Amino acid sequence: MSETLLETPLADEHRALGARLVPFAGWRMPVQYEGIKKEHEAVRTRAGLFDVSHMGEILVEGPNAIAEVDRLVTNDVSKLDVGRALYTVCCNDYGLILDDLIVYRLEAEKVLVVCNASNREKIVAHFAKSLDLGTPWNDVSDEWTLLALQGPRAVDVMKELGATADLIGLPSFHVMHANIAEVELWAARTGYTGEDGFELFCANEDAVRLWRAVLEAGQKHGLKPVGLGARDTLRLEARLMLYGHDINEHTHPFEAGLGWVVKLDANDFIGREALRGIKASGFDRKLVGFEMTERGIARQGYPIIVGGSRVGEVTSGSPGPTVGRNIGLGYVPKALSKVGTTLGIEIRGKVVGAVVVRTPFYKR
Amino acid sequence: MTYPRDLQYTREHEWARLEGDVIRVGITAYAVEQLGDVTLVDMPAPGEDVQAHERFGDIESVKTVSELFAPVSGEVVDVNAALESSPELVNEGPYEDGWLITIRPSDQAELDGLMDAAKYEEYLGTLDG
Repeated sequence: MSETLLETPLADEHRALGARLVPFAGWRMPVQYEGIKKEHEAVRTRAGLFDVSHMGEILVEGPNAIAEVDRLVTNDVSKLDVGRALYTVCCNDYGLILDDLIVYRLEAEKVLVVCNASNREKIVAHFAKSLDLGTPWNDVSDEWTLLALQGPRAVDVMKELGATADLIGLPSFHVMHANIAEVELWAARTGYTGEDGFELFCANEDAVRLWRAVLEAGQKHGLKPVGLGARDTLRLEARLMLYGHDINEHTHPFEAGLGWVVKLDANDFIGREALRGIKASGFDRKLVGFEMTERGIARQGYPIIVGGSRVGEVTSGSPGPTVGRNIGLGYVPKALSKVGTTLGIEIRGKVVGAVVVRTPFYKR
Repeated sequence: MTYPRDLQYTREHEWARLEGDVIRVGITAYAVEQLGDVTLVDMPAPGEDVQAHERFGDIESVKTVSELFAPVSGEVVDVNAALESSPELVNEGPYEDGWLITIRPSDQAELDGLMDAAKYEEYLGTLDG
């Protein structure tokens, strides 16, 4: 049975640009326009514009907004100043990952939580169940459009659009209110590509106007529209997690290498006791980056083989267009997680050589 | 999209062209569009036997892996060695430099069981939407 797919306000813009639209997390989204490699390269060397309106956005407001969100995530939101953002995970009582999120403190009493499209219903239900009854919150995913402008020339494109000095100079993981192309929006210096860039949150009715304005301003800077295909290769090279692949409800943040977003000594949060226990008793596997040393491309679910036995599983894998090698992530026993360790990846019945490497695979 | 009239087509989006006593095989422009940038092609070695409508190899794009199906049974005569270092040839010219293998058919009549261009275009029409 096929369910009805949601479309962003920009679906017709994507079609007009020749995009191939595919089902993704309940949405019909552009996977590519011109081709994944060309789009990937545009973001690494110039700039790319993504429609990521499928992402979920939840606004939490009121005097307790900060304390309430803090209780739901592992990172320390209590120290988040107005105009700043942080990356975090949200765990269940067992310390297992429900989603990874970016939390933005838009105003003193207004917090924006951005979650994955695939987890929106789950996270909204979790918030509904866990937030204090007196704390107003609202799932604004259906009213908000999210564009990501990413790449070394993103800042030039913003200048072209008449961005103020404040906006041009907005530091990483900061957010501010702005007006671009006569569109009121929230502009954040965040992204999911490993490049400099901005994420722009605007009302759906302004989506087409903003999209067209950015594309036009970007023309002389080599900006291309970029689909979810290149978004995946870009994030993988930068070792950014993809929920449902590298992390899920069977993984905890420590084994995923996300211990840095777990603040056990800050205020209490859901999952803290369990995570304390995991940290105290230790854990036996780790998410590692590897590159293929023989001909082959690892894909999610392929077994990792060492000494003839299955020791783990690939969680993400693809060619890395910038690094020029076939790369991947996977969980292996700690003893096999050191850089330089030889691994085998079982590709359609044949074991192909790979080696554990330092991550990120690509750093700007 | 229109498809070359001198080729026969499979439901799995391979094309076949009779050239003397061998059949050249590749994938169609439709398949190329669905795959995106081709990054790796796994093919049999010359001399190996392939069976009609059975898998003879795999083709990988940045995003995904697809199986390749033989349009006819027979022995692999030649494989396109250029694809080893330049898999993008499949994207650039799926009917020319991006061909995959040639087969010496065990029964040339199997070609007649494939679709001609008009039938293939009609078939593609049933896949969309």
